[in-house]
Amino acid sequence: MSELTLPAGVERRTFDGTSQLATRGPPVYGEPTDGEWRAWDPTRSKLGGMLELGVETGLTGGETVLYLGAAAGTTVSHVADFAGPTYAVEFAPRPARELVAAAEPRERLFPLLKDARRPATYAHVVESNVDVIIQDVATRGQATVANRNAAFLADDGRLILAIKARSEDVTADPETVYADVLAELETTYEVCETAPLDRFHADHLGVVATPR
Amino acid sequence: MTDIDDGTETGPPAAMPTADDDGTAGWFAGLTDDTDPEVAAERVQTGSAAAPRDWPSIAVDEEVVDSRAAYYDRLHAVTTAATRSAVRERERADDQQLVHAVRAMDDCERLANELAERVATWAGSRFPSSSPGIAGARALANEDPTDELDRRVVSLAAQVSELAEERDALETTIEQTAPAVAPNLAAMAGATLAAQLIALAGGLESLAKKPAGTVQVLGAEDALFAHLAGRAPSPKHGVIYTHEFVRGTRPDDRGSAARALAGKLALAARVDHYSGVYRESLHDDLRERMATIRARAEEESNEDNETHGGGS
Repeated sequence: MSELTLPAGVERRTFDGTSQLATRGPPVYGEPTDGEWRAWDPTRSKLGGMLELGVETGLTGGETVLYLGAAAGTTVSHVADFAGPTYAVEFAPRPARELVAAAEPRERLFPLLKDARRPATYAHVVESNVDVIIQDVATRGQATVANRNAAFLADDGRLILAIKARSEDVTADPETVYADVLAELETTYEVCETAPLDRFHADHLGVVATPR
Repeated sequence: MTDIDDGTETGPPAAMPTADDDGTAGWFAGLTDDTDPEVAAERVQTGSAAAPRDWPSIAVDEEVVDSRAAYYDRLHAVTTAATRSAVRERERADDQQLVHAVRAMDDCERLANELAERVATWAGSRFPSSSPGIAGARALANEDPTDELDRRVVSLAAQVSELAEERDALETTIEQTAPAVAPNLAAMAGATLAAQLIALAGGLESLAKKPAGTVQVLGAEDALFAHLAGRAPSPKHGVIYTHEFVRGTRPDDRGSAARALAGKLALAARVDHYSGVYRESLHDDLRERMATIRARAEEESNEDNETHGGGS
């Protein structure tokens, strides 16, 4: 939980008497603010949870990001606050409406209404050699999505993934699901670190990986 | 750089005839400062490429923009506009399109069955080997007619076969669109039943506003009004009868199963209409509830086994 693992542009600030992660940018989902800083709620964001738990994400700030499963933009808005150009892919139209609202005041956040399982439909927009892929998709086949999108990632880039056990198989033991997803992931990536996110997100495993 | 496995087994083709026929051009290819912003947005939304490339550098090299910063500024304007209009379009059209599709599917099915019966009756008197139903009509459509009357029978059979094919094609379309319109409802009920419920209610919004008890008996209006008139018992289920949770539950527990399912379907419709995000907990709750209901049958059969010393 050391400050050293935080990327530039993410700071620990005090909101309503409690210390929380925060980034600088316009508020998106009614989070507490302090001047231009706004709190990053780890219970609403898997990446926020990973940073709060001290997972070594390798994020330093300013990198080019492809974010898969951006939903309403809760997490990706924080990412765009500290990262460089950020491509946000979301499949469902309703949350994407809020994603557009979050993207409007953020000049380097690019919302895309696309299916992350079909990268060819956005390969003409998203640049190659991105520094980081962040993935938080709630569909079956999460490893397949990560593998298919590996073509976007630079050779020294990183995949930051939250595996949602219940999206793969609700009836199976989460540990079994994690093992299966990680095994499929290892055909394309080398896994650097895994961390259970249960303190903030039940049945989720945080994964940091690099391309093989 | 390897090409992407684009997983195109579902969804519409992402072909874009205007700028990108070989899959190596970016969204900005051939655009100038004067290009209509809507054209650029359309490119972003419907285009594709075989593999990503360093688009910002390419755009600068091709003098589409004069700097990376200018590229990103333009990309921001175009992607927000494209996504905003795509969202608006999909939200506006989809549930009503789904209603049309499912009603058309039901019409095709009903007409095909009705005509198949006519064909079977008629064909029975002329083709001794003919068999009833749509399968029979399909076989008959390949027969060689020898006179005018045979020609009419075979032609009618061909129409039945085409209607049946259209029905299947409509079902495929529904399976592709329903998850985008109502992700939770489609996951819970299956695409076709989800579409039928939306159609019976007249739209996703009106389905979202119906109480669970109404969702439970949607499609059983005749039985419901007979009941309200005092002529019949209350219907246990309407169109949700086709769901495995209801049909696969023993008759004694079907009322409970239908009630539990309808309750969750009503919630799913509300989540789909008001938020549109897939919510796993909803589905978990239903599975747990169904396991409890089905456990009753197992408990009782176990008790029976103990009392009677075996047998089912």
